[in-house]
Amino acid sequence: MFDDLNDLYQQVILDHCKKPRNFHELPAATCSAHGNNPLCGDNYQVFARVDGDVIQEMSFTGSGCCISKASGSLLTEFAKGKTRAELEKMFDEVREMITTGKVADDVGKLAVFAGVHKYPARVKCAMLAWHAAKAALKGEGAQPVTTESEQI
Amino acid sequence: MSNSTNIDWAALRKDFPILDQQVHGKPLIYFDNAATSQKPRAVIQALVNYYEHDNANVHRGIHELSNRATTAFEAARTRTAKFINARSADEIVWTRGTSEAINLVASAWGANHLQPGDVILLTEAEHHSNIVPWQLLAQRTSAKVAYIPVTGDEGTLDLSKLDSLLTKQVKLLSLVHISNSMGVVNPVADICTRARKLGIVTLVDGAQSAGHMPVDVQAIGCDFFAFSGHKICGPTGIGVLYGRQEVLEKMPPYQGGGEMILRVGYDKTEFKPAPHRFEAGTPDISGPVGLHAAMDYLDAIGRENIWQHDQELANYAYEKLSALNNIRLFGPKSGRAGLVSFLLKDVHAHDVVMLADQGGVALRGGHHCTQPLMHKLGVESTARASFYFYNTKDEVDRFVEVVKEIQKFFAS
Repeated sequence: MFDDLNDLYQQVILDHCKKPRNFHELPAATCSAHGNNPLCGDNYQVFARVDGDVIQEMSFTGSGCCISKASGSLLTEFAKGKTRAELEKMFDEVREMITTGKVADDVGKLAVFAGVHKYPARVKCAMLAWHAAKAALKGEGAQPVTTESEQI
Repeated sequence: MSNSTNIDWAALRKDFPILDQQVHGKPLIYFDNAATSQKPRAVIQALVNYYEHDNANVHRGIHELSNRATTAFEAARTRTAKFINARSADEIVWTRGTSEAINLVASAWGANHLQPGDVILLTEAEHHSNIVPWQLLAQRTSAKVAYIPVTGDEGTLDLSKLDSLLTKQVKLLSLVHISNSMGVVNPVADICTRARKLGIVTLVDGAQSAGHMPVDVQAIGCDFFAFSGHKICGPTGIGVLYGRQEVLEKMPPYQGGGEMILRVGYDKTEFKPAPHRFEAGTPDISGPVGLHAAMDYLDAIGRENIWQHDQELANYAYEKLSALNNIRLFGPKSGRAGLVSFLLKDVHAHDVVMLADQGGVALRGGHHCTQPLMHKLGVESTARASFYFYNTKDEVDRFVEVVKEIQKFFAS
């Protein structure tokens, strides 16, 4: 019945929303930030343990829709071992992909989110954890971030 | 047409051109009626006729078209008074919708009736439009807002607390007739009677009731009653505030401008009596014309019949959904209005709504503008199916099949 939605709810996304990876607090975190879309009800805390320039570990907790949770899960998998600059670059590529459908060569597994661009109402779901991660790494975790009222 | 079993509901459905279409390759099942209803040809045609033949600005016009527009505009006011059994058309104020009607009361009545420490009493199940205007008024006047509690997932009011909440400080009680997220029908006549004995001004939010059940504002005994045209087969942009004459005429203007004045000088202005005092500027004219046609349409069916049909569909849907596993249902088990709110275990409401849409079913998912209630129930959102007289049991069957498919999709 839901063939048209296979673009959006790919098996990888379903798997990650049902069994999110790195879905716990991080006691040794060096930074964290809160991503909250109150109108949607998507609400996550993203944690990172950064050593020098390298993200040793990233995790998240919270609740929300399938797309937002799968996005947080795949983000934390991707982030492990990456530098700040690498994460920033991927943030831009993921945002481009989710808003336009254009898939860069090096996005790997994250390409499963390309279908989101066909569903503009869900772009904010897919970007929430990414914005929180970016805020955490920049040391801007004091203020919650949202993708409901500002630029995606 | 006094018995709903004698009504040809399938023929009525054909009056709604929009319902005859497919979405995502499936026949459209429109179950988002609590958000807005669809419009019958009679209403669409009334708007076309008005713009093709009678359009002009209202009041003070000398020419023929202005006379016709004014007559239609005021005839709609008289029709509205009859629709809710107000004593006079002078008790009917045009607004943009329920929200503006409530804001009008909060602004104009609230301007000279509240002292610091006074209490505005609401219920925990109110729509944001019946919370936020009062919070803003409380901020301006140092009054307080208090709430009649609701009990658990059923969402009914805990009226055992009412006597202790109706203190001397309470100056206004505003409550919803039918809650848009739970489908609870509140005993507004009892509550308003108790409040008025204590001199408390009462407002009933009739957004979900006016087009779905017979409404008699005198029997309810409220001072104000608010509803929207677009939820009762009328156009968007037109709403109604009923105000009991004795209360309305003591209220200062809401907005200033043309249409609401008798005499304007550089120093001071004399205002028209109610209801015109509350209608500044050129009003929505086609709105009342369309609303008039909608009211005629609904009353030809009979709102007691519509109410029976709504309840039958809601009870049927509730029963069928109750038989599923891993579902949480909200609202009362009996006496439910025409909607069902639910959550599927481990599936966010937005995912439910998105998949239902692929199955041709238009639902709504979210907090339904009742965030405090959702918070109290410990949920972020629910999915909601809301019905009207053009919906059928067959549609409910197909909707329940889609819900089962959604469960399978997320379980696999």
